[in-house]
Amino acid sequence: MSFKLISQALNRNQPPPRMWRQHPLKDRYDVVIIGGGAHGLACAYYLAKEHGITDVAILEKRYIGAGGSGRNTTILRSNYLTPEGVRFYDESLRLYHQMALEFDYNVMFSKRGHLTLAHSDGAVRTMRRRAEVNRLQGVDSRLIWPEQLKALCPPLDVSENPRHPIQAALFHPPGGVIRHDAVVWGYAHHADRMGAEIHQLTEVSGIRVEKGKVSGVETNRGYIKAGTVLNATAGWCSTISEMAGVKLPVTTFPLQACVTEPLKPFLDVIIVSGSLHVYISQSDRGELVMGASVDPFASYSMRGSLGFTEGLAGHMLELFPSLANARLMRQWAGLCDMTPDYSPIMGFTPVDGFLVDVGWGTYGFKATPSSGKRMAELIATNKTPELIHPFRLSRFYEHDLVGEKGAASVSN
Amino acid sequence: MVLLECPNCGARNVAEFRYGGELKPRPAQPMAGSEESWVDFVFMKQNKLGLQAEWWYHRAGCGIWFMAERHTKSNQVVKTYRWQPAEKAS
Ligand SMILES: Cc1cc2nc3c(=O)[nH]c(=O)nc-3n(C[C@H](O)[C@H](O)[C@H](O)COP(=O)(O)OP(=O)(O)OC[C@H]3O[C@@H](n4cnc5c(N)ncnc54)[C@H](O)[C@@H]3O)c2cc1C
Ligand SMILES: [Zn+2]
Repeated sequence: MSFKLISQALNRNQPPPRMWRQHPLKDRYDVVIIGGGAHGLACAYYLAKEHGITDVAILEKRYIGAGGSGRNTTILRSNYLTPEGVRFYDESLRLYHQMALEFDYNVMFSKRGHLTLAHSDGAVRTMRRRAEVNRLQGVDSRLIWPEQLKALCPPLDVSENPRHPIQAALFHPPGGVIRHDAVVWGYAHHADRMGAEIHQLTEVSGIRVEKGKVSGVETNRGYIKAGTVLNATAGWCSTISEMAGVKLPVTTFPLQACVTEPLKPFLDVIIVSGSLHVYISQSDRGELVMGASVDPFASYSMRGSLGFTEGLAGHMLELFPSLANARLMRQWAGLCDMTPDYSPIMGFTPVDGFLVDVGWGTYGFKATPSSGKRMAELIATNKTPELIHPFRLSRFYEHDLVGEKGAASVSN
Repeated sequence: MVLLECPNCGARNVAEFRYGGELKPRPAQPMAGSEESWVDFVFMKQNKLGLQAEWWYHRAGCGIWFMAERHTKSNQVVKTYRWQPAEKAS
């Protein structure tokens, strides 16, 4: 790869190959996917790869990865609280494990081990339950005590000194991190090569529905007819669904994250504290990547706030007193489409041909491969795959929620 | 948004308040409405991108619940006011 890079840098006549091409916009596609995040691109990828459906356009109002897919903190894990959630996220994690091979592209997946800290008896009980639910689904997950934790993560303060001493942790060895941009570009590249069209700077402004069936979408580049329309716009999903007259139980909250200056390698596991609402991992470049929970009020604004930095720093120092002099380098925010049960919404809506892949909240990046694969299957077969049946929109009317609050509220 | 105007206490740091969600019309006849209308009321959201009427609670102050009209993209608050029950619900 690097030799290729050098030869191309020196050869002025030969333009480097494009990761994906530009196309004129057609006036009709079998499938229109709204939102060029990892989810929309993964769905296009699987439509082509597994079902031979390539008359597909991905419409993205800005650039691909402009949303949560390019802003997240890349934590991948499957130690959720409900059996439905564990099964779904575990398929996704397995697909992530083989992604680099499948793409022939370095997505920098790094298996770290994921540790969720418990600071109270109640939290220890929840961890115990999670560990059992996880193990029943064949997922490696267990409770460990402060001495074992100290051995895995020496800089962590496991003493009785902090305000909320650590009592135990849920240890999930397969958890890891990945390069989010590479995931977005990898899906885009392969979806493009198999025939799907990526249209950036193409904003959907309306959806036409005739006799209860979707017929096309209005965009800033004109009207496009479509057989199937998929809403994969995460934080903006309510604005798109409203155009089709579909109600969603979603509220959009900003979620912030930040990184420190690069430090010598000192943290090779992922640490999450549910009670303190903070999490941390160290990137391959040495930066500490940190985040907290969503902002305290709903908003479509992506501005950082001092309240976030102050709160995060305070809690982080309780866990890692040695970080007192580390300097913050950058801070940013993305939008999260939160649902009442902290589970996603995938599948059919009351409007025929209008599908949703939304409600990914603060935890949707890890779900990308599986949601793409299963939504593609749903589009190709017109049937809901069993794995994602629990996450259908109608669950709210059927009083059949999938409560993941205990495992998904810590924003990763 | 750094400051929010409580109708009782005036402008205060927004950290003193708790956000209470968008204003939603409650089913007028609780017992008569369909189950579906209750699901809509409890779970479904407009989640508006634009000017939104919403609830706030002055948690670390006088303790009242009140309304604000805020632009959800710029976070600019246009006004805050005490909640008034709508004209006789039909
Ligand atoms: C700070 C932060 C940290 C996170 N950390 C993690 C983590 O550690 N692990 C994890 O699993 N998840 C994490 N998440 C959540 C995760 O990022 C998201 O759930 C996921 O990226 C959603 O992907 P998506 O493809 O569905 O949506 P997005 O990537 O948000 O893409 C939606 C796209 O739709 C486009 N769009 C919007 N409106 C229109 C329109 N009208 N027309 C055309 N296009 C439109 C947007 O421009 C955007 O590009 C985090 C999120 C944030 C913000
Ligand atoms: Zn007050």
